[in-house]
Amino acid sequence: MAAIAILGLEKTYMVGFWRKKPKCALRPLHLTVQQGEIFGFLGPNGAGKTTTLKLLMGLVFPSGGSARILGCEINDPKMKAQIGFLPEQPYFYDYLTARELLEYYGQLSGVDSRQRDQKVDEMLSRVGLAESGNVQLRKFSKGMLQRVGIAQAILHDPKVVFLDEPMSGLDPMGRREVRDLIEQLKHEGKTVFFSTHILSDAEALCDRVAILNRGELRGIGAVADLTSTVHGRVELVWHGTTVPRALQTIGAECHVSGDTVRALVPESSQDAALDGLRREQLRLISLTPVRSSLEDYFVEKLKTETALAELRS
Amino acid sequence: MNARVSHIARNTFREAVRDRVLYNLIAFAVLMCAAAILVGKISINIERLVVINLGLTAVSLFGIIISIFVGIGLVSKEIEKRTLYTVLSRPVRRWEFILGKFFGLAGTLAVNTFFMAIGVFGALLYVAHHFQRADAWLLVALYFIILQFLIITALALLFSSFSSPLLSAVFAFSLFVIGSFAEDLRGFAAMTTGITRWLALGSAYLVPNFSALNVISSVAHAQPVSAQLVIYNTAYALIYAMMVLSGAVIIFEHRNLK
Repeated sequence: MAAIAILGLEKTYMVGFWRKKPKCALRPLHLTVQQGEIFGFLGPNGAGKTTTLKLLMGLVFPSGGSARILGCEINDPKMKAQIGFLPEQPYFYDYLTARELLEYYGQLSGVDSRQRDQKVDEMLSRVGLAESGNVQLRKFSKGMLQRVGIAQAILHDPKVVFLDEPMSGLDPMGRREVRDLIEQLKHEGKTVFFSTHILSDAEALCDRVAILNRGELRGIGAVADLTSTVHGRVELVWHGTTVPRALQTIGAECHVSGDTVRALVPESSQDAALDGLRREQLRLISLTPVRSSLEDYFVEKLKTETALAELRS
Repeated sequence: MNARVSHIARNTFREAVRDRVLYNLIAFAVLMCAAAILVGKISINIERLVVINLGLTAVSLFGIIISIFVGIGLVSKEIEKRTLYTVLSRPVRRWEFILGKFFGLAGTLAVNTFFMAIGVFGALLYVAHHFQRADAWLLVALYFIILQFLIITALALLFSSFSSPLLSAVFAFSLFVIGSFAEDLRGFAAMTTGITRWLALGSAYLVPNFSALNVISSVAHAQPVSAQLVIYNTAYALIYAMMVLSGAVIIFEHRNLK
């Protein structure tokens, strides 16, 4: 059984005051996420990522299609007890303390009252807020609120976790901690479906990604497959600040940074470049084939989309 | 009560308390005592009448203001601040959320009324130096005031489920004012004919009949309130609030939370 099965889910809003016009937020989307996967939902702002998550959470109603989570309908309360959700830029009841908020959400999720206090303590420690549990949320920074948001999403030990832009508003350390936490969730066997426009996070974490643009699915696949295209170039890195003449002849793109040089060389000239480095007695640090990053794939997909849109218009 | 409804109700109560809504009680109690002292000095033989009229009207007015201004934000504020997202993504049904909010605010108002009533009885004791048997009817008047709060809270919730806070306040307050003259509207219908009669009669039955729930003047004159009226008013207020809440639930069940 798939963790998430989206079957032609679509959403059209009516906009305007007098003469309402339909505005398509999500075109029919077909998507399956397997259990235990970390699935990245990528796209620029306004692509339809949050709309999809809201549809899956039952916060907005679809104009067409359907979806099943853990084999259940999206409004099934039994299923909702098994999922966790972190909305984008979460805002919580700021008159509550972090502990009170988690207790409240624990109650609503049906967490056993005997285990609730212990779970709340565990969660606060897990997201690094053990010291701030009794502080009112109105005194929390954006990063701390994001941590509380993550804690409430996983408090009741859900099988599937939906995170909408979980790294948003976090400093580099916070982002690292959230990345580690998502990896931990995977090790615990949970399915994580998260939307982001930070591609490096998606590349580092996801098993598979889907790219959405203008409400339409533009690409889907395993991160390893999408980034495996070899560009016919290699990257050489060596110690020093000297660029051998041989590399200049080949037409290598060289960048000197501190006491290392990084050069991009055509694969066919790889041996000549290495000979040049040996002749100058420079110490090679690494030689790696250049592969396309998720960012390359993403940009290429969006460029195609823009070109198609221009052609259509 | 359903456990989730009671958790939401308790949280709503906690929000109201921490929002310092109940702090107006202290101010009210001080004001009541001050008014009682003043009234005791300027009125001759009608101190009780004035204190009861003044006190119960203030209880009613304060409560109505709180129920409208807290009630109109109960749903719209949760949508605007997106706090609702993390609640409805849990095994919480939309009707449970609406009912929880309703009971939470109703509970807040009941506690509010309890403390305000202490203020009124305190002022009465100060002015009259002792209680009379007829003062027990004040409790019935206070009970009717709470019934008014139930209706107005349900109306505020109904408007809050589809409208902006400002419009909700205008709608709820307008209905309170019109409802306070419901008996006059019926009287007007009886004097007219044709379509005007039907329109006036329809409006009179549609708006909440707050005038029937207002026995302040009677109890101030130590007149008893019939058991029949208590039963009718209870049934009326509960059925009316239930119907309004059903409307709120129906609207909210179909609302996209953009």
